[in-house]
Amino acid sequence: MNSQSVIHTGGQVATLTHLQRLEAESIQIMREVVAAADNPVMLYSVGKDSACMLHLAKKAFYPAPPPFPLLHVDTTWKFRAMYDLRDRAAAQAGMELIVHHNPEAMEKGINPFDHGSLHTDMWKTDGLKQALTKFNFDVAFGGARRDEEKSRAKERVFSFRSANHRWDPKNQRPELWKLYNTRKGKGESIRVFPLSNWTELDIWQYIHLENIDIVPLYFSDLRPVVERDGLLIMVDDDRFRLREGEQPMMKSVRFRTLGCYPLTGAVESNAKTLPEVIQEMLLTTTSERQGRAIDHDQSASMEKKKQEGYF
Amino acid sequence: MNHEMKSPVYVTDTLISQDIDAYLLKHQHKTMLRFITCGSVDDGKSTLIGRLLYDSKMIFEDQLASLESDSKVVGTQGGEIDFALLVDGLAAEREQGITIDVAYRFFATDKRKFIVADTPGHEQYTRNMVTGASTADLAVILIDARQGVLTQTRRHSYLVNLLGIQNVVLAVNKMDLVDYSAERFYDIVADYSHFAKQIGMDSFLPIPISGLKGDNIVEKSPNMHWYQGPTLLGHLEEAPVSDTRMLDQPFRMAVQWVNRPNLDFRGFAGQIGAGMVRPGDAIRVLPSGKTTTVKSIVTYDGDLDLAVAGQSVTLTFADEIDCSRGDMIVQSDQPCEVADQFEATVVWMAEQEMLPGRPYLLKIGTQTVTATVTEPKYEVNVNTLEHLASKTLGLNAIGVVNISTDRPIPFEAYAQNPDLGGFILIDRMTNATVAAGMIHFALRRSQNIHWQALDVNRDAHAALKNQKPAVVWFTGLSGSGKSTIANIVEKKLHALGKHTFLLDGDNIRHGLNRDLGFTDADRVENIRRVGEVARLMTDAGLIVLTAFISPFRSERQMVRDLMAPGEFVEVFVDTPLEVAEARDVKGLYKKARSGQLKNFTGIDSPYEQPQNAELTVNTVELTPEDAAERIVQYVLREMS
Repeated sequence: MNSQSVIHTGGQVATLTHLQRLEAESIQIMREVVAAADNPVMLYSVGKDSACMLHLAKKAFYPAPPPFPLLHVDTTWKFRAMYDLRDRAAAQAGMELIVHHNPEAMEKGINPFDHGSLHTDMWKTDGLKQALTKFNFDVAFGGARRDEEKSRAKERVFSFRSANHRWDPKNQRPELWKLYNTRKGKGESIRVFPLSNWTELDIWQYIHLENIDIVPLYFSDLRPVVERDGLLIMVDDDRFRLREGEQPMMKSVRFRTLGCYPLTGAVESNAKTLPEVIQEMLLTTTSERQGRAIDHDQSASMEKKKQEGYF
Repeated sequence: MNHEMKSPVYVTDTLISQDIDAYLLKHQHKTMLRFITCGSVDDGKSTLIGRLLYDSKMIFEDQLASLESDSKVVGTQGGEIDFALLVDGLAAEREQGITIDVAYRFFATDKRKFIVADTPGHEQYTRNMVTGASTADLAVILIDARQGVLTQTRRHSYLVNLLGIQNVVLAVNKMDLVDYSAERFYDIVADYSHFAKQIGMDSFLPIPISGLKGDNIVEKSPNMHWYQGPTLLGHLEEAPVSDTRMLDQPFRMAVQWVNRPNLDFRGFAGQIGAGMVRPGDAIRVLPSGKTTTVKSIVTYDGDLDLAVAGQSVTLTFADEIDCSRGDMIVQSDQPCEVADQFEATVVWMAEQEMLPGRPYLLKIGTQTVTATVTEPKYEVNVNTLEHLASKTLGLNAIGVVNISTDRPIPFEAYAQNPDLGGFILIDRMTNATVAAGMIHFALRRSQNIHWQALDVNRDAHAALKNQKPAVVWFTGLSGSGKSTIANIVEKKLHALGKHTFLLDGDNIRHGLNRDLGFTDADRVENIRRVGEVARLMTDAGLIVLTAFISPFRSERQMVRDLMAPGEFVEVFVDTPLEVAEARDVKGLYKKARSGQLKNFTGIDSPYEQPQNAELTVNTVELTPEDAAERIVQYVLREMS
C-alpha cells in the first residue's frame, strides 16, 4: 500500500481506503505500546490473525525489527504445519520466539481426548498466565477482533488485567480518540488488541494484498479426516485415537480457523488459492467460530472464559 | 415482525461467484465510515443496528440460529426474532435488557465498511456515549416518532455536537406506529431544528424510518412516498469521513516513538494528524521551535513521495536536531500554538469528583504532563443547557474549566483538530481515566507573566540567616498532637538561633483561607495555598513548620513537588483514631459523631496515611517533648 493509491489521476488527494485506515490505526496502537511498556510481548498463535498482526508489527517499527519477542503458548496438539510456519515466521521477522508449555499439563499428559475442557483450561488459560508471570511481561498483544464474538465487541483496545490476570468487563476504562491510558498498578498487566476493528474479510483481503505467509491448512487439499460429533477432524499424527468403526478418509478440505487439531473442524472445499478462499467465505452462511468446539456450550461462555484469563 | 424475515436470502454480488479477482479489486478501494447511534432506551437503537447487519447480510446462519433460540428465552418480541439481542453483548446487560457499554459492530456494503458504536441511552452512561462519539465521523440520533424530541434527545445531540461530529442524521423511527404520517415527521423536524440552532449545530439530515419493518433503511419505503431524500444506508455510503477534512490543514504529526535501530538511522514515527508531507518540506519541531527539512518518508513498503493525514509513517530529517516522543512536527511556516494554560470543556468520568488544584496527569497527543484544573467557570445542565455555578464536577458532569500544565504543550483548538485538542485526565494514584477534555483556546496570561530575576535571591536570604530553609510538614488526625509538638519544635529551634515560622489552622484558616470550608475541594485548595505560602517563606530563608491535618496524599505530594529537593520534611504524627477521639481536646469528635459537624477527617472523610514520611512520631509511645526533640535532631542533622 504505497502512496500512489491515495492519489487520483487528476492529482486530487482521495480518502484513505478502509484497509489503509485500519493499518495506520493498528500501527499507531503498537507504537503506543512500545513507547509505554516496560516489557511487551506479542502472543502468536500461528493463525491468520496472528500472521496479520506480525506483519503489521514489522511495518510499525521498520527499519528496526519489532522490539519485542513472540510468545507461543503451545498445547503440543497443534497441527504440524503450524509449527513449521511458526519457526519460519519468527526467524524471518528477526524476532525471538518463546514457546511455553504448561509443565503441569505436560506432566499429567493433558490431552483433548481424555480431558475435555480441562485441556483448554490448563494448556491455554493457565499456560498463558504462567508465561506472562514467568517472563514478567507487562503488556501482551493479542490478535482478537471485535467482530468475532459478542463479548469481544465491547472489549477495549487496551484491556486491563488484575494481578490475577482477570478481566472485569464492568470496570473498563473509557477509551477516547486515539488516547490510550497506559498507566497501570503494580502487578497489573494489559492485553492490547491492535486488530480490534478488523473483520474476518478485512484480514483475508489484507493477507491477499500484502502477500502474507499463512499456514497451508487454510487452503484446500486432500487430507485424512474422520467425521465426529458433526465436525470433520483431521488425523494429523498417530496420537489421534480412532473410535470404533472410524476410518480416516481422504477428503478435499480446508480450515477456516486453526487450533488444536483434534478440536478443529474442517470444511469440505476446493478453494486452493486465496481469492478462492475469500470467494468461498463470502458465499458461506456460517460464522467462523462454528468450527471450534470451545464455545459451543452457551452463548455467554466466551465472556466467562475471558474473565478467567483466557485470551 | 414479518414472517419472511426468519429465512434470510443471501443475495450476494454476482461478481463474487463469477470473477473474484475483479470483486477484490473493487473492494480494495472501499472507504470506511465510523458512526455512532444514540437515542433513549426504547427508541429502537439495537433493533436498527440489528436490521442494518441483517439487511447487509452480516448475520450468518449459525448466529441466526442462536438468535432465534435466544429470542425465545429472553426476547422482548413475544418469541419472534429480537434483533436487539444481536447487539446487546454482555451477559449482564442481556439479563437487564439494557445496553451498558459501548459495543462496536461491523458491516459493509459495496462502497464502504462501517463501524458502528452502539452506546447506552441512560444519563448515567454519558461517559460511554462520549467515548463512542470521540471516534465517530457521523451520528445517527434516533427519535421515537410517537414521542418526539425528548430530554434524552437533547442530551445526546448536545454531546454529539460537543464532540465535534459534523454529520448528524435525525432518524425518526417507528414511523409504522404513526401511520407513516408526513405531518408527524415534519412537526418533529421543526421541533428539532429549533433546538439544533440553540446548541449551534450547523446542519442535520432528517430521515423517516422503521427499523423493525425496514422502511427507508436500505430501500425507499413504499409507505412514505412524500419523502424524497436518501435512505439511511444510502446516506451512510455517501457522507464524508473526518480524515478528508484534515487534509486541507497545515501538516502536523505528534512523535510517538523514535526509531534508532543503529547509529546510521534516526527516524521519527507517528500518525499524521493533519495535512500532508513530502520529502524536502520545511518543518519545525515544537515546543523547541528548531527547524529542518524532511529527508525521507520511510515505510516498510519503500520510501514515499507523499504522506497524508491518517497515515502512520516514519520521517527522517536533513539535520540532527533534538526531537523525541511528545514533540510535534509541524509545517515550518504554519506552526501550531504552544501554551501552558487553557480554557477547556471537561466531561467528568469518575465516581470520585473533580478536585480543583489537585495535580492530574494530562495526556494529549503523544505526551503526558502534570496539570491542575481550576474550579469550573460553570457546569452545563445537559438536559436544559443552563449554566450552573459549581465548585466541582461529579460523575458524568460537563463543565468549562481553566487548565494549567507544568510545561508548555503544542496544541490546536479541539474544533479545529480533535487529535491536537482532545485530552484525557488520569488520576495519579489510581491510574483511572477520570475525564475527557476539549481545548477551546490558550489563556494569554501564561505568556505575560515574566518572573523577575531577583538580585537578592533565596540563597542570599538563607545565607544572611546562616541556615538552610525547609518546610517541616506535620500531618495527622485532628487531636493527634500536631500543633502541640510543632510549638515545642519551634521553641527549641528558636532557642538554637534558627529563624522559624509556624503556620497552623489558627493563623491561616482565620485569615488567608477564611473563604474555604471543609469539602474535599476546599481541603485541596487550603493545602495548595498553605504550600505556596510555605514556599515563599523558604524563599525568604525561613524554616517553616506547618500543622494541618492535610488528609490527602496527592496534596502532600503536590506541596513536596513545590519545594526544592531535600527541603520538604514530612512528619507523620501517628495517633490511632480511638486515641485521638478519646482525647477530643476541642470536643470536635463528639460533634462529628452526633452529626453536627460534616466532613470530619477520620469520621466521614478519609485520612490517607503517608507512605514515605521522613519521620513518624508515635504519640502513644512518645511524650510531646520527646517527639519534638527527635524532630529537632533530624532538622539539625539533615538541614545543615
